[in-house]
Amino acid sequence: MPFYVDAEGWNKMKRGRSKCQSFTPSEGRNKRHRSTTPVYVQTGSTNFQNATEETWGNLPHHVVLHIFQYLSLVDRARASSVCRRWNEVFHIPDLWRRFEFELNQPATSYLRSTHPDLIQQIIKRHAQHLQYVSFKVDSCTESAEAACNILSQLVNCTIKTLGLISTARPSFMDVSQSHFVSALTVVFVNSKSLSSIKIDDTPVDDPSLKVLVANNSDTLKLLKMSSCPHVSPAGILCVADQCHGLRELALNYHLLSDELLLALSSEKHVHLEHLRIDVVSENPGQTQFHTIKKSSWDALIRHSPQVNIVMYFFLYEEEFEPFFREETPVTHLYFGRAVSKDMLGRIGLNCPRLVELVVCANGLEPLDEELIRIADRCKSLTAIGLGECEVTCSGFMEFVKMCGGRLSQLSIMEEVLIPDNTYNIEQIHSEVSKHLGRIWFPDMMPTW
Amino acid sequence: MVVNSVHWFRKGLRLHDNPALQEALNGADTVRCVYILDPWFAGSANVGVNRWRFLLESLEDLDTSLRKLNSRLFVVRGQPTDVFPRLFKEWNVTRLTFEYDSEPYGKERDAAIIKMAQEYGVETVVRNTHTLYNPDRIIEMNNHSPPLTFKRFQAIVNRLELPRKPLPTITQEQMARCRTQISDNHDEHYGVPSLEELGFRTQGDSLHVWKGGETEALERLNKHLDRKAWVANFERPRISGQSLFPSPTGLSPYLRFGCLSCRVFYYNLRDLFMKLRRRSSPPLSLFGQLLWREFFYTAGTNNPNFDHMEGNPICVQIPWDHNPEALAKWAEGRTGFPWIDAIMTQLRQEGWIHHLARHAVACFLTRGDLWISWESGMKVFEELLLDADWSVNAGSWMWLSCSAFFQQFFHCYCPVGFGRRTDPSGDYIRRYIPKLKDYPNRYIYEPWNAPESVQKAANCIVGVDYPKPMINHAESSRLNIERMKQVYQQLSHYRGLSLLASVPTIQEEAEPPMSDDSQASSSSTGQASSPPHLSITAPSTPPLSESSSPNSSPTASTSVPHTQRKRVRPSETPSKQKTKVKHTSQARGLELKMDDKQ
Repeated sequence: MPFYVDAEGWNKMKRGRSKCQSFTPSEGRNKRHRSTTPVYVQTGSTNFQNATEETWGNLPHHVVLHIFQYLSLVDRARASSVCRRWNEVFHIPDLWRRFEFELNQPATSYLRSTHPDLIQQIIKRHAQHLQYVSFKVDSCTESAEAACNILSQLVNCTIKTLGLISTARPSFMDVSQSHFVSALTVVFVNSKSLSSIKIDDTPVDDPSLKVLVANNSDTLKLLKMSSCPHVSPAGILCVADQCHGLRELALNYHLLSDELLLALSSEKHVHLEHLRIDVVSENPGQTQFHTIKKSSWDALIRHSPQVNIVMYFFLYEEEFEPFFREETPVTHLYFGRAVSKDMLGRIGLNCPRLVELVVCANGLEPLDEELIRIADRCKSLTAIGLGECEVTCSGFMEFVKMCGGRLSQLSIMEEVLIPDNTYNIEQIHSEVSKHLGRIWFPDMMPTW
Repeated sequence: MVVNSVHWFRKGLRLHDNPALQEALNGADTVRCVYILDPWFAGSANVGVNRWRFLLESLEDLDTSLRKLNSRLFVVRGQPTDVFPRLFKEWNVTRLTFEYDSEPYGKERDAAIIKMAQEYGVETVVRNTHTLYNPDRIIEMNNHSPPLTFKRFQAIVNRLELPRKPLPTITQEQMARCRTQISDNHDEHYGVPSLEELGFRTQGDSLHVWKGGETEALERLNKHLDRKAWVANFERPRISGQSLFPSPTGLSPYLRFGCLSCRVFYYNLRDLFMKLRRRSSPPLSLFGQLLWREFFYTAGTNNPNFDHMEGNPICVQIPWDHNPEALAKWAEGRTGFPWIDAIMTQLRQEGWIHHLARHAVACFLTRGDLWISWESGMKVFEELLLDADWSVNAGSWMWLSCSAFFQQFFHCYCPVGFGRRTDPSGDYIRRYIPKLKDYPNRYIYEPWNAPESVQKAANCIVGVDYPKPMINHAESSRLNIERMKQVYQQLSHYRGLSLLASVPTIQEEAEPPMSDDSQASSSSTGQASSPPHLSITAPSTPPLSESSSPNSSPTASTSVPHTQRKRVRPSETPSKQKTKVKHTSQARGLELKMDDKQ
């Protein structure tokens, strides 16, 4: 039941405020509760109404706890210096399950950092309570190193989820690999029930993944490791082989293999729910992209019929050659840079499960034909976004008519739509709105 | 009673459609037209030489026009608060007139001057002409908050009466009735200063293509309207390579300094449209650029922190990188991307760039590639861009960096492809980066990919004569998309910024009650909106749906049965949702936005 203070209660508490200041330590000790489950103070709430002396100080524990849950850490810390009771509540493990360490340097970030004293206090006093831990670091190597230093002290822990997040440039990549890996393995070895690990853009390597598997294979459900250049296809295969509860995986295309898909499709393995694949190239022509066999994709879909397969492409146009030559069960496609007309044509032919499509850029030729084919063949398509492309207004109307109300998101930059003899921009707005059954406008950018 | 008027020029540097100036003349015995300029401030302020030149030319033009009316412009050196008491006494002033300034800084300054004038028994008359509409009126019509989407803004404008008709220009007869004695040493005391006097060294080879002043503005307006075909067909002019070059019909700097009245522009467009198309009133889109300007003025008028991220209720807090070295490369056109560098060079040399070019460089600096704060970019534009207005500049930067105004669709402009699409010939690059002029079209937007032989033949080796690209665009746009997601996902009930293929269609109702050990052991822990790193639920649920902000309220929603949890519409947003948003100011902006949509 949601807790709220009505006007009367609020006034009572305000009146009680001065009394709280004269609150004596002995009273606090008398009423101290040692249990950590919130249930024990149930009586408090009835007493609250009847108590002859309502003060801030003897608000029932569970009420204070409840209030504290709505406060930021800083506010909790301030409140904890009001009186001993509140200070006790401040340290209740429930409030320390989840923590986000923020590590930034004044020279590289506008953001503040978690105070070093607080970090020390957490390591000393609350490390064993931590379950959901994340680190946010700025672009400075020192920040990433500080994160590693904290990680290596999380010995007495039962962490369930761990996230290493770079808020600007990925600075974990600048930490020495051995330092990073040894810090990470401390958590892998000590917290034996990790279920979720986000370590994108880090120097994690095959041996550390082995440690992860050895200690957490029963519990691991999510692993995100896009752009981790020190992991090999064999390294990730080992995870897939052993961690049968894995439901969500994010990696780069070069780690994707037929073996990996087959491992994820084994009988022992739970249904995979999300597979995210980043396809990134450095320079044109320098990366050769392999192909995945249709039989491997088929095996995955037989095993996990509902799986979302999300692919982000950041390739040069000429590098799309190996993709979507055969039927591919991809559901979400994002093209971060120009994609060839040819490729979009193949998507219409070979991606029957497609749900969302984003084309950030394309050449100057209108994409009418390709879009209409996609509308025709991709029956699950519900969202589309078009950036620097061109579509004639008539072609676009045809596309919208074919998809109709199932298009829940339709984000088209205004410049994309080329007026023709049939429709101008104003007409497009009303026609599309009619077919979607809701008011629709193309996306605009300011003419500035 | 004797009426001695002073008209104070700030913006609005014109004699046509100038109601405040008309008020100064109305029944007055003397009128003096004043511009107050602080030469010391000129040297120290972050305003570049092109903007100063434009201003001084505009003042010269004003002075020339006033001479024709047997009057002069008085350029007074100093600060308004110091200058006015002196002028009030010396000239025995009884009336002070000026154009309304809707920006917070201007409002504060003007309030002080009005108060001071009162103390001296000087009547003040203020008229709003820098914008078509009174921003406060639009805010009032939008339930007392500025509209945060352009659509909403247009809807309100549609309900408003037409802007007031412009007034004719000042006539000789009017001025003759309130002639002021001009002393022989007027130029010495009140002449328009030169750039040198303001501490700028001017090179003889000045490239300046934008000549300031009302006379030039009106000539341009006529040429602009001559392009009847455009207005008649009423189509957005399609951008081509040619659009990137400064146009002899461009008007934005003239609107910025008020050399051209926006109402004159508005009514000229409107009349022309109606003449050519004998049918009902013209659509709003005819006035696109004018309305965008109004939109940003309205958004900024009551927000003194409009040009900052911190403390700005409509700005999303984004953990931008602080990187002075990269910022300098961008500002000086040394990024190694010819498209970006050409635009920044044009901006520095000439003071104007096409709006799509602005999008390209703003995206590159912020969300697209460098991940540097829009505030830094805004400051560079403030220095260099002739038409940079405080509100429009800050507002556009927030828009383009995805910091506010809720752009729906996240995509990054490619610093190679966007340029090539706009100007396949590469002539624009060749004009502003002559070093690259001998590159073939194929490589001119990505010279680093040209084979060595081509680089040699073009006499420009990448890494020696022209910088290598400072960043790998593919990699940085991949990272930046992730970063934006992090930011926007913390705003738990926000759905505006669609990243699409990131599977952002969060469907929290799909989350079943948790039953495994972690939840059972402690009923009050953790599973506020979803488990911290995993949305192990219905197939349609996205992988990245954690929406809590960890340190603020780990257990906020535990008292709400899971079955009740769903995507919360703003009208029914329970307080527990609000507590999950880290920056309450953001939450406010976002709610406004969603109200907008209804």
